Amino acid sequence: MAILDVQNLGISFGGLRAVDNFEITIEDNELVGLIGPNGAGKTTIFNLLTGVYTPTDGSIHLNGKNTIGKKPSQIVMLGSGRTFQNIRLFKNMTVLDNIKIAYHNRMSYGLFGSIFKTRKYYDQEAQAYDVALELLKVFDLDMYESELAKNLPYGKQRKLEIARALATDPSILLLDEPAAGMNPQETEELMETIKLLKTRFKISILLIEHDMKLVMGICERIVVIDYGRIIAKGTPKAIRKNPAVIKAYLGE
Amino acid sequence: MMKKFEFKNLKTNSVFINLAAVSIIFLLIFVLIVTGLLSRYISSILILILVMIIMSTSLNIATGFLGQLHLGHAAFMGIGAYTASLLAILLRDSIGSDVVLFITSTVGAMILAGLAGLLIGWPALRLKGDYLGIMTLGFGEIVKTIITNMKGITNGAQGLYGIPKIMNFPTAFWTTVIVVLTIFLFMNSRHGRAILSIREDEIASESVGINISRYKLLGFVLASMFAAVGGSIFAFNIGFIAPQQFNFLRSVEIFVIVVLGGMGSLTGSIIASIVLVSLPELLREFSSYRYLLYSSLLVIMMLFRPQGLMGTREFSFTRIFKPKLVPTNDEEEPDEKGSDS
Repeated sequence: MAILDVQNLGISFGGLRAVDNFEITIEDNELVGLIGPNGAGKTTIFNLLTGVYTPTDGSIHLNGKNTIGKKPSQIVMLGSGRTFQNIRLFKNMTVLDNIKIAYHNRMSYGLFGSIFKTRKYYDQEAQAYDVALELLKVFDLDMYESELAKNLPYGKQRKLEIARALATDPSILLLDEPAAGMNPQETEELMETIKLLKTRFKISILLIEHDMKLVMGICERIVVIDYGRIIAKGTPKAIRKNPAVIKAYLGE
Repeated sequence: MMKKFEFKNLKTNSVFINLAAVSIIFLLIFVLIVTGLLSRYISSILILILVMIIMSTSLNIATGFLGQLHLGHAAFMGIGAYTASLLAILLRDSIGSDVVLFITSTVGAMILAGLAGLLIGWPALRLKGDYLGIMTLGFGEIVKTIITNMKGITNGAQGLYGIPKIMNFPTAFWTTVIVVLTIFLFMNSRHGRAILSIREDEIASESVGINISRYKLLGFVLASMFAAVGGSIFAFNIGFIAPQQFNFLRSVEIFVIVVLGGMGSLTGSIIASIVLVSLPELLREFSSYRYLLYSSLLVIMMLFRPQGLMGTREFSFTRIFKPKLVPTNDEEEPDEKGSDS
């Protein structure tokens, strides 16, 4: 069964058809790239997939469950995690707390437990701490544990955002332009991180990116959209030569 | 591997150290009162300080931690004060013990204020910032007007007389300790973190699975319930309440305490309550100039320390006992919170 199955997805804002007849199927542990010129509708698609917008037509199934009409927080629990184009961390909280917040739904103690500090509270908080520290270690962030998130360098903030998304235990990760604003060295490091996500966490990834070197270097399949429609899909090699793609990016 | 005592936010033993320190403070004041060294006037001001501590720490849940501008907090104090007083007048003959009477009527007041908190939390799901501020301000005036016009029950604008004066310093003190401790423990749980994450970034918070509607409502309901406790102590201390005691100015007074103490710092609210309630009293000799001094202090504070006394940090007595064990994190605190008010 596909992790993510999207059929005939579309949304109109007034008279503007932002996304039209979009479809994508992502299998287990697959890394798919979503590219297109500026304003093509990539982030809109992410917002549709994560429940920020409700599509006007089409269907989205995540792990076999319909997500349309559900709130973003409910869709997270069905198994999707995301990062944002402009990093959105909990800036004034510690690196560790950033991860712990994402671990929220995997703990179950209630209000009573938080005030009377029950056994369950201690067990689950200790577990949250272990999981968070484990995740930070994977991304080499464990030395910043008690640093405020806003004090991290840019590349590390990206990593932290990815680590935070992973703490919700997603089966698919949606990365919105993770390399935006990074220098070549940081991009290189990011490529390694994304590869690590695939090998270590065995999750599927849908990636929006403008950095062609990154996209061509790591994606197994690429979907190209322009004006909200799919204009090409296939392997990186095929996409590179596709005349429709070249036309969309460079003009006639 | 046991990590129990490595939590960054909460060391269980630090709670006990702080409770012990608070008990010592209590004993000192209590001895002074019993021996008659503190006049009735001063001990009544002490209770007023405790009321404002409850009011400001509870407003801190909605404003400091949840990050929502709330300018109608006095309304919930009023709801609490009136509900508790009316319940106490009704029940005073059937309940003999003062403490039991206080607890029963306060619990009743908390329930009603909590329901009213749901009412104000509902629009808070849609409104933000200034808009929410104006909405809460309007809500506060509505509550005041309703209380004024329910003459049959509340005796209208003349105020409610004959409330049993069952408040004394120990009861007020320990009630305040319980309220503050409860808020502190709540904020150091997954629920508290969820509320903080909403202040930091709603969209990101939702994207990691936090049900933001639920936590916003919870924040407002908790703030309202604890405000009712403050109102209840206030009423039982003075024995007389009137609607205009819970007007917009009172809301602003509480708001100023929260901002001055530091939005997101419970100990900041406590210190600011002590300073801002006692200052006008201490300045009594300067009579007409005292409010000038008071207001100047506010202006100076905001100019030189916009993030408030404590920023978002907390003071712990463990700093005094073992100063080296507590990591100092005294870099400049964010002043975004302070500047948007």
